[in-house]
Amino acid sequence: MLKSELEEKISKIFKFENETSQKIVDTLINYMSSAISNNDRIEIRGFGSFFKKEYRAYTGRNPKTGDQVDVPEKVLPLFRPSKELLSKLNDSKND
Amino acid sequence: MTKKDLANFLHKRMGLNLKESVRIVDKFFEIIVESLAKGDDVKLPKFGSLKIQTRKPRLGRNPSTGERIEISKRKAIVFKPSKILRAKLNNSKSDQDE
Repeated sequence: MLKSELEEKISKIFKFENETSQKIVDTLINYMSSAISNNDRIEIRGFGSFFKKEYRAYTGRNPKTGDQVDVPEKVLPLFRPSKELLSKLNDSKND
Repeated sequence: MTKKDLANFLHKRMGLNLKESVRIVDKFFEIIVESLAKGDDVKLPKFGSLKIQTRKPRLGRNPSTGERIEISKRKAIVFKPSKILRAKLNNSKSDQDE
């Protein structure tokens, strides 16, 4: 599903102009991005949670050449799906 | 942050009434969950994408009894953050490196 398809669905349900739905989706996405970067964990029941994790710098290797590479410290956003979501996914095993 | 905070923000930022904002936020996540449950990946540019991956069945062990058990084939969700979101999180750090 693309963002535009999500927006269309919202427009249909709430009878909004597409522009309004677009603004809504952008607003929600922006706010969630800021929350994660401000170290605020996002928890949505039945869906999952987003949070950030800090990784230390380490010396890795280029797997192709074997050369040493310094990997700098980094922060990554992670998503952990809720149990409900995972069981929904795996209920439809028949396909 | 919970759905309540998101609804409050929509209400304040976009002037939608609070009840409607709550319903919009509910639907927003419902639509995403439905799409994933159908096996369809969700792509949200500037944020990231939620992709479904199939995990192969493998033999595991019950840690308390040591018994071998088969862990069946299953689907997992992987979040791939957009470059924009990654950059946002690493901004202050990468500035120091350069």
